[in-house]
Amino acid sequence: MKGQIFVYVFIMWLMIIAGGGLLVLTIAPISIQGFGKYSEFLDSGIKAIIAIFLVVLWIFIMSKIKNWIFHKQIRN
Amino acid sequence: MMFDKTIAAIVVSAIAFVTVYAITPILIKNLEKRKLVVKDYNRIGGAMVARPGGPSILAGILVSEFVLYAFFSSVDVLAIILTTFLAFLVGLADDRKVLGGWFKPLALAATAIPIILLGAHGTHLDFPLFGSVHIPELYLALIVLMIPITGNTVNSIDVLNGVASGFMTIASFALTISLFIVHHYDIAIASLPLGFVSLAFYKYHKFPSRIFPGDSGALTLGAMYGTIAIVGHVEIIAAVALLPAVINSFLFLSSVKRIVEHRQLKSNPVEHTEDFKLKATEHKDAPVTLVRLILANGPMTEKEVGFTIFKLAIFSAALAIITAFMTGIKI
Repeated sequence: MKGQIFVYVFIMWLMIIAGGGLLVLTIAPISIQGFGKYSEFLDSGIKAIIAIFLVVLWIFIMSKIKNWIFHKQIRN
Repeated sequence: MMFDKTIAAIVVSAIAFVTVYAITPILIKNLEKRKLVVKDYNRIGGAMVARPGGPSILAGILVSEFVLYAFFSSVDVLAIILTTFLAFLVGLADDRKVLGGWFKPLALAATAIPIILLGAHGTHLDFPLFGSVHIPELYLALIVLMIPITGNTVNSIDVLNGVASGFMTIASFALTISLFIVHHYDIAIASLPLGFVSLAFYKYHKFPSRIFPGDSGALTLGAMYGTIAIVGHVEIIAAVALLPAVINSFLFLSSVKRIVEHRQLKSNPVEHTEDFKLKATEHKDAPVTLVRLILANGPMTEKEVGFTIFKLAIFSAALAIITAFMTGIKI
């Protein structure tokens, strides 16, 4: 079991690196223009929605991995 | 200038360590005299242990950070002082009177206000290998979220003798090393008291504990850690060093499915064997926690569980330091 926890920590670390890359690749290039003073607001809003979606997705995946790694203990 | 910084680093580290090392025994006597003690349920006979140790932790942090402020008059250090102090007050209120599950996250979110008002933050989030993302408005939300997360995460790992202080010693020094790696020397020096305060407190908190940090101690350590992560622009690295505690909170929340205090739970995740070792509970409705998973293979002593958590902390600290090196590389 102890080994599995180390594996889970390592997978979580990989997910952070990958998630960061996804954020940089999807959010950083976004630039909304042509809406005057609302452009910056729209830009932030869209970035926030994508970020929240990615965080929820990340939590969902980590939850599935948790169930997969610790399935025996959680079932018991 | 480099010589000044080296001197400052040595001075604040020594002050932080000596303050907590000297004050904590006095605090223990004072708390015991005022009957501010709680039962240690994991000890044979249920010894009464002084609580909270937050005041001595805060004293070590404040004295050393004020000395550092006298050296460099940095707005970042001021933000660390103010946010840490406010988090201590939130914790102390919770130590005195049991507050609702939502109170702490909301109150801790408010403690982040000095960081924003002083402008002691950036607008970028730096990721290893991929560069950074500019999120000026989102970053403000991140600041408000970060302090409750780190505060409550450290608080949630405070389950066994010495674990919170020992874990924070390892995570804090990993954060300091990482700050040096990414060349944020001033914040690296400002982070040194956190590690040395945790180390000095561990002397009295380790098994068998003479004092518990309480919410005031755990939230003080967690909030200071979060503030350093923000003012030092090492949010991702800080999260990596804290991973075992994050996993503990994640396991707990995903099994309980709501924000709730440990003391409000009906079933404890850990039970005792006849020889007073810890064992995982068989109750279906008990939450899944890091300690419960560690004990899944069989009973262990409290000390053994603590050392397993420290091994996980060292593993995460190594990953955090690797992440710091990776932050300087862009693919």
